[in-house]
Amino acid sequence: MTNAARLAVDIGGTFTDLALTRDGRRVTAKVLTTPSAPEQGVLTGVKAILEKAGLAPSDVGIVIHGTTLATNAIIERKGAKTAMIVTDGFRDSIDMAYENRFEQYDIMMDRPAPLVPQAMRFQAAGRIDAQGNEIQPLDEAKIAEICDRLAAEEVRSVAVCFMHPYANMAHEERAREIISARLPDIAITLSGEVCPEIREYDRWSTALANAYIQPVMDTYLRKLSVELEKMGVDCPFFMITSAGGLTEVEMARRFPVRLVESGPAGGAILAAHVAAQSDYEEILSFDMGGTTAKICLIENGQPHYSRTFEVAREYRFLKGSGLPLRIPVIDMVEIGAGGGSIARIDELSRIQIGPDSMGSEPGPASYGRGGTAATVTDANVVLGRLDPETFAGGSIPLLPERAETAVMEHIGAQLELDPLNAAIGISEVVEENMANASRVHAVELGRNLGGRTMIAFGGAAPLHAARLADKLGIRRVVVPASAGVGSAVGFLLAPIAYEINQSRFVTLDDTFDNEAINALRKDMYAKALEVVSAGAGDQPLIETWTADMRYVGQGHEVTVDIPATPFEAEDHKALHDLFVSYYTSTFGRSIPGLVSEITGWSLRLATQAPAPEKARHEKNGKTVCPAGARRMVDAATGDMIEAPVYHRAELEPGVTLAGPCIITEEETTTIVTSRFDAGVNSLGHIVLDWNEA
Amino acid sequence: MTDTSILSVIHYQVMWDRLISVVEEQAQALIRTGFSTSTREAGDVSAGIFDTSGDMLAQAVTGTPGHVNSMARAVAHFLDRFPVDTMKPGDVFITNDPWKGTGHLHDFTVVTPAFFNGACVSLFACTCHVVDVGGRGIGPDGRQVYEEGIYIPLMYFAREGRVDETMIEIVRGNVREPVQVIGDIYSLAACNDIGCERLVEMMSEFGIETLDALGEHILDKTARAMKEAIADIAPGTFHNTMRVDGYERPLDLVAALTVHEDHISVDFEGTSAPSPFGINVPFCYTEAYATFGVKCVVAPKVPNNAASLAAIRISTPENCILNAKHPLPVATRHITGQLLPDVMFGCLSQVRTRAGDPLAVPAEGSSCLWNLFAMGGAGRVDAEPETLADARVFNVMSFHSGGAGARAGKDGLSATAFPSGVRNVPIEITEAGSPMIVWRKEYRTDSGGAGYYRGGLGQIMEVDTLDTAPFAVSANYDRVLFPPRGRDGGQDGAAGVVRLKSGEHLRGKGQQTVPYGERLLIEMPGGGGIGDPLQRPAEMVAKDVREGMVSAEKARSVYGVALDDAHAVIADQTETLRMQLRAKMKQDAAEDRSVQMETSK
Repeated sequence: MTNAARLAVDIGGTFTDLALTRDGRRVTAKVLTTPSAPEQGVLTGVKAILEKAGLAPSDVGIVIHGTTLATNAIIERKGAKTAMIVTDGFRDSIDMAYENRFEQYDIMMDRPAPLVPQAMRFQAAGRIDAQGNEIQPLDEAKIAEICDRLAAEEVRSVAVCFMHPYANMAHEERAREIISARLPDIAITLSGEVCPEIREYDRWSTALANAYIQPVMDTYLRKLSVELEKMGVDCPFFMITSAGGLTEVEMARRFPVRLVESGPAGGAILAAHVAAQSDYEEILSFDMGGTTAKICLIENGQPHYSRTFEVAREYRFLKGSGLPLRIPVIDMVEIGAGGGSIARIDELSRIQIGPDSMGSEPGPASYGRGGTAATVTDANVVLGRLDPETFAGGSIPLLPERAETAVMEHIGAQLELDPLNAAIGISEVVEENMANASRVHAVELGRNLGGRTMIAFGGAAPLHAARLADKLGIRRVVVPASAGVGSAVGFLLAPIAYEINQSRFVTLDDTFDNEAINALRKDMYAKALEVVSAGAGDQPLIETWTADMRYVGQGHEVTVDIPATPFEAEDHKALHDLFVSYYTSTFGRSIPGLVSEITGWSLRLATQAPAPEKARHEKNGKTVCPAGARRMVDAATGDMIEAPVYHRAELEPGVTLAGPCIITEEETTTIVTSRFDAGVNSLGHIVLDWNEA
Repeated sequence: MTDTSILSVIHYQVMWDRLISVVEEQAQALIRTGFSTSTREAGDVSAGIFDTSGDMLAQAVTGTPGHVNSMARAVAHFLDRFPVDTMKPGDVFITNDPWKGTGHLHDFTVVTPAFFNGACVSLFACTCHVVDVGGRGIGPDGRQVYEEGIYIPLMYFAREGRVDETMIEIVRGNVREPVQVIGDIYSLAACNDIGCERLVEMMSEFGIETLDALGEHILDKTARAMKEAIADIAPGTFHNTMRVDGYERPLDLVAALTVHEDHISVDFEGTSAPSPFGINVPFCYTEAYATFGVKCVVAPKVPNNAASLAAIRISTPENCILNAKHPLPVATRHITGQLLPDVMFGCLSQVRTRAGDPLAVPAEGSSCLWNLFAMGGAGRVDAEPETLADARVFNVMSFHSGGAGARAGKDGLSATAFPSGVRNVPIEITEAGSPMIVWRKEYRTDSGGAGYYRGGLGQIMEVDTLDTAPFAVSANYDRVLFPPRGRDGGQDGAAGVVRLKSGEHLRGKGQQTVPYGERLLIEMPGGGGIGDPLQRPAEMVAKDVREGMVSAEKARSVYGVALDDAHAVIADQTETLRMQLRAKMKQDAAEDRSVQMETSK
């Protein structure tokens, strides 16, 4: 029996990655992204991958799509003409943001400008208080008047941003009725719908982003469906969200902000899947491309989720320099550390890497396309880690002498280091940057890194994975099959899912009203079910509930798993106990005698992920003849050595390779330092294990 | 990694980066577990690691300069009282001493020694502002520090892991919000624990037994960088006087800044004597903000640690508001202290590089925070008790800011905390935790000082409560009588105004009552401008008008820009207007001179 093929398409900044599976066989492809009309790149890629797989368009049974289009529209400020209708008196809040400076000592810093300029922000009176009571009626006449202005200004999208809608949606909903009656073609975002949570700036920032990208995404998605249909790919079409779930295109059109950063989410799903194949419980997923590195922690097959994300960090990726989005995301840290990241010397004669990247045009000095800056890739060339002739499948011949010149000119000369040591410096610093970002991320989640398994993918990660693992006390590194298009492979594994977050304050004492909460949860379930069942039909669903909990008086919450079953009157005690045990494991000590509270509730409803095929990792004692040898600096010792080179395609499961060595494939290179030995498991994943020697 | 000498430079850099990451983890843990709004929402904290002689090696990126730089001195006081060789694993120390900590009783500093292989290798310190310490509550009205709240001398919070319950009980019994205060103290201790754990991991990984060599490397390298930065500017002494509101009478903040070969010294000789009210500043806090002001102009990128602080030396005369001695009241020392970077900027604007170029120095700004600190309910408001009978008891502390000064090459930041780095508190959070309602929070049009580069705008907040009762506001504001000054032809920013909506003006300092039925209006100051407003590109003025930053009227009368109804520049009218305004300025200046000549006759 032949099943329909599943096709994943991941549009990145430089490349569009594709992966297709059918009957357990996987084909991958990589084509250039076409920024001005992204659907063209997709179509080229789909043709290419179908040809490679020997399939007809009609053989495709499902398309799963992720794209950086939403992110880029925000970063490049290329969204639709958007307006904001805001509670009277709060027109400037979106510009004041947090009223702070994210960089203490830089008197010249600026905050990012809001997506909607002041002239397009309109105010209407009407107040709901924090308890949800109306204390001033909505000025409906003013809303109608604003509609005339929106029409005159040819605004395409509008965000309605009132105070406290998480407690009572009446005013925002009434505003929508008035607007849609007068302007049926305008896209409308309600802040309380896109993010029913407290903290007005964060919610409004999210609503504005949603409104801003909605028309762009809508147009793109329509075009793409039409083109795919024309081509003969006429099948269900799903989008991947930033939380790593699949959603119907209709939901993606309503809440496109939930698609920001969906590509990296695919990578985290892949890592979770690879972990499940081998029953690795604690994972650090490490994704490094040309511009950035992304680090994500996964436990028992589940990545951490978060409610906040910052898009378009303009100032060295610094926290606070971007626009906050309150959306469900797979929690990961992203820093400006990629193959193209630029190395330079700062005022203190210290090596600084990134966050700016040479990208693919002109690219690192060694590409020989006019780039002269020293990049991480150039350092890897100097250190012998990259084969100049086979880089990117031989499509980009590297020029080692250019790499050496750049590394000497920008680093070596200033520090009085020879090229090798200057390159070691670059490599060490970029690895330390990633290690530090990982550590800070881990503490934010209250987790340790030592003893985890690292899963490394993306073009640059396998080059640095072993040394990064060494720095983090990690003793096993897995480089999965098809690591170069990891995110697209991850898309194929994603469940159909939807998440709802709702602010509702509940004190965990005798005032606990279990019936009110049961009603709230029932309502949330119904909303999530509507979205998920649209794609999942009657597949069995997994219901995951969490509550945001804190001691009464604290300002930040921890997210604690809670049971799905309805609450009894006395259940506040059990909830408090859940909180205290979580708090203690996160922060080391609990605070005796304090009452706790729940501020928000969250439900994730998802289909069951496919059961992973279990990996076997038996060593067969066979050795392999290296395909060649190359002089390389061993990152673990800093010594120049002669390292054997293996082609990944020639390695059969069960073989063992002693480190140090180099394993090459089309889309990446895995560096095995002298601290590790490498093996290949039954699923074709490379596994590096710490050698005790 | 090999530890050959050629690579040690990189080896040290990696360890140094790690230390900074360790203290950042420490600070984040504090924010995430903190209770008071200042800790958890505003990030008004500091965290750092010190060597065993009390020198700060690294500080968290997150934090406020007033805390960081004063905490940098605090650890030495702990070491005087509790010598390193008496410290044991599990010991935790605490104080809220204004003179040995960070300037007022509301700040608790906690110090924890870190042990590695049985030896104390360093100390972690952190500070946060707790919501209440008893006494009068925060405000400048106390006449002695004794009225300002409970005092915890330098003492043990925990001995070998056992928390001192007696101290906790005493604190609990002396503050209005015991849950939050005790919670914050625990958070301080917990975040130091995280620092200690991470340090031990780092030392094991790098195979080092002490931090001595690394500490020496950090401080040497920083000292050299400071020296190089200072060597770039021309020596000399530069004076500045800034008059500010004060409490009962205006204050003169007078400074002489001297650029030496390898360091900068600042002397506050000539500055006003202490006030009878709590706007006095302990020396540690004066040093913190004066140093910050100098450093962010002269060497902004050099890391902040004991060596960078040592290159900027602050002195004050004995009887001086900037060196207030015990038992003077100091609860709102930040009002005065946060103005000090502006005093430094006035000196630094006269400094030239060796090449003769001016330094990039901002104009004066709103500078001290314009927090909304309000209270309601029985016993908290100065009003007839029966009017408060049904009112909810509440305490709101919400951080907000006026406009910052224009910068060299850029407009000033509007509604932005400078020099403090704190975040605001969301209005929805304030409203969810109290009966307060904020009816308006928007930019204050025309408050930014006009200039080629415009000062940042202040903001207006309009508030009342849902209760049918009066409420109290504790005003801790400056720049109400003396606005932030412009520079090089730039105009002053607007002065702050605190008033009732019906019109009556309130004082800029001290607790006052807002009667039932009234709304409180807080109009925050704008920053000063830099350069001639008549030369500001007309298009930028038009943009300001479109965005509500400048009114069409001021565009015309101050910037000399004529706009049509769509706020587009009318070029010929603008040219004429600007010519007329220039001529008028010349005439005014001539009249001024003749008046002066008359007077001098």
